[in-house]
Amino acid sequence: MPDFNHRVCPATGLRIHTSAENLIKANAVTAIVFLAIGGFFGLMVALTRWPGVHLLPADWFYLVLTGHGLDVLLVWIIFFEIAVLYFASAILLNSRLAAPRWAWTGFALMLIGALIVNVAVLQGNSSVMFTSYVPMQAAPHFYLGLILFAVGALIGCFVFFGTLVIAKEEKTYEGSVPLVTFGAITAAIIAVFTIASGAIILVPTFLWSLGYIGNIDTLMYKTVWWAMGHSSQQINVSAHVAIWYLIAAVVLGAKPLSEKVSRMAFLMYILFLQLASAHHLLVEPGISSEWKVFNTSYALYLAVLGSMLHGMTVPGSIEAAQRARGYTNGLFEWLTKAPWGNPAFSGMFMSLVMFGFLGGISGVVLGTEQINIIMHNTLYVPGHFHATVVAGTTLAFMAGTYLLVPLIFRRELIMKGLARWQPYLFGLGVMGISVFMMGAGTLGVPRRVWDITGAGAAIKYDYSGAAYLMMGLNGISGVLAALGGLAFIVIIVGSVLFGKRTGDKPLEGLTMTTATKYGSAEHIKIPGTVMLVGVFFTAFVLYYFVNWKYLAEVWPLR
Amino acid sequence: MAITPPPERIWWNLPIARTEIIWIIIAFCWGLLMFSAMVYWHIEGEQNLSNESYRITPEAFAEKANAMVEQYQVREEAGFPVVRPPPGSDVYMIARLWQWWPILELEKDQTYRLHLSSMDWQHGFSLQPVNINLQVHPNYDMVVTLTPNKAGEYGVICNEFCGIGHHNMIGKIYVTE
Repeated sequence: MPDFNHRVCPATGLRIHTSAENLIKANAVTAIVFLAIGGFFGLMVALTRWPGVHLLPADWFYLVLTGHGLDVLLVWIIFFEIAVLYFASAILLNSRLAAPRWAWTGFALMLIGALIVNVAVLQGNSSVMFTSYVPMQAAPHFYLGLILFAVGALIGCFVFFGTLVIAKEEKTYEGSVPLVTFGAITAAIIAVFTIASGAIILVPTFLWSLGYIGNIDTLMYKTVWWAMGHSSQQINVSAHVAIWYLIAAVVLGAKPLSEKVSRMAFLMYILFLQLASAHHLLVEPGISSEWKVFNTSYALYLAVLGSMLHGMTVPGSIEAAQRARGYTNGLFEWLTKAPWGNPAFSGMFMSLVMFGFLGGISGVVLGTEQINIIMHNTLYVPGHFHATVVAGTTLAFMAGTYLLVPLIFRRELIMKGLARWQPYLFGLGVMGISVFMMGAGTLGVPRRVWDITGAGAAIKYDYSGAAYLMMGLNGISGVLAALGGLAFIVIIVGSVLFGKRTGDKPLEGLTMTTATKYGSAEHIKIPGTVMLVGVFFTAFVLYYFVNWKYLAEVWPLR
Repeated sequence: MAITPPPERIWWNLPIARTEIIWIIIAFCWGLLMFSAMVYWHIEGEQNLSNESYRITPEAFAEKANAMVEQYQVREEAGFPVVRPPPGSDVYMIARLWQWWPILELEKDQTYRLHLSSMDWQHGFSLQPVNINLQVHPNYDMVVTLTPNKAGEYGVICNEFCGIGHHNMIGKIYVTE
């Protein structure tokens, strides 16, 4: 057996292999570079949508909007997820990484693919949006770049699976895999499904763009494309929920309330989340209501059930850990005395709350077959997914990065004061983006539109003053989020390059020891979490029925 | 902890907290209720999509729309024909780069069979300020039987990105008493 370089983590005693460590670093750093590019594009979008600023001309707006979607929704998130997969396998299982050369090949393919896509978009002939609905056609290398990126990501998934096999064979851990690894396995399984769907649709589309295929049916394209497009968001959900558990464990020593419930909730994702392709097809011709109702509900809302369970078990495990530490006064001392100054914790907790309240509730309402009629393709849709993918996934990944810096890069954070505030600034901005876009959407403002005044149109339509107000507030929120994003990038890049080396000192602010033990008898009560879940559920029920009422007021149609 | 292996290899045997069981039951029932709500609305609700659609070529669809315009045009506005088809009839609206054609004039509380199809790329039919949003595909004729219930002037916005003129793709529907 070859000799594998490794060091021993001073905080956890886990073996950290150099090959895994380097790959985690490379993927995380690349992810953050693309976050910076995509985030800049996002700022340009926000400043153009802001009616008072209206920064870019139309062609640039549509170009930048395409780039924004691709770079943040796809490139940043998937690169970071590959880092998460390697961390959850090699590091948490105390193992070497399987086939590091393959992992580097995958990394190279992803990077080349991402660069090709960016070049294609910036050349100006591929402003087709993230979704690239046929028969609108991009340049062939736009699709080629996506395919290369997907192949690279697939290799990453298989390196992850290989690492699980090696770790088990070499008995680097005892018993079952940790919950966080279980969550990462969920993400990787969904990723394989996602990438397969992507190949099924993007390969023929690439051939079509070259002229080898005459016609692609628009409805077939959408159905299969969203089996990739929406499923890739389910990779994100699985990955960021795994990160919630990771941060709760590392920062507070929180232990899942019960392994069975948390793992079954992940299993629900594997079984049902992929049906959500239907969310994008609710007002299409040619698809039956039976198909729509079954699929849009993830088969009786079983995947939503999974998320609602995590929504209790994550804060519940935090409450239990805090109560075991002695923060037992009242309902919420465990929460008020939580480490709100630690950006890993504050980012994670805001991600949890905003994903649930904003992203989760709006997603279920938006995905209700008939209610979709009053929301489809309005700005409500980007409002919803900025709550899930930015406030949920991106904020959780940012929070996770604050742990990677000391654990993997072995550097201290620079600008600790700014780092304390960064998650709040970014979180506030994203909350505004999400809420105000949803508000504008309910007032009818469409998504992906350069100008809502209709100044150049033959026939005019005037939106209400409230719609303009929403768009302005969305612009201001976009600026706040961009500042928060910039602060993140400066802190992380600065820390990785110039932060003080931590060496083998024990790490500050990380607990790494279990605070609580569970058996049915010694279970700690979690009244604060029960209260929070009650508030969540009440909001959910009210908002759900209010939207049925809105629907009942529009023109009867059948 | 979540980052270490569970205390027992067969984690299935580990106990579940009571709060969790209660929440699972509530959340599961809520899911059933939300599922039933969609089915119920198909029976009792007034806003459902018919699932009525046909394959059609852009040429064939344009021909039907032209025939309707020829027969029922009442005036012209901003270069668009304004068409007042009889209640209950088949009404056609063409989506193309970058217009909704023609302008329709409908009667309040009357029912029309609105046909939507695209001549080129995908478009999004967004009736404002009512906020009814439908996806329009080329080669598919989507039929929506609708009953305007309030008189007024309505905008038809495109809300599926369709290239550089997307934001200028605005049409109109009048509803008269």
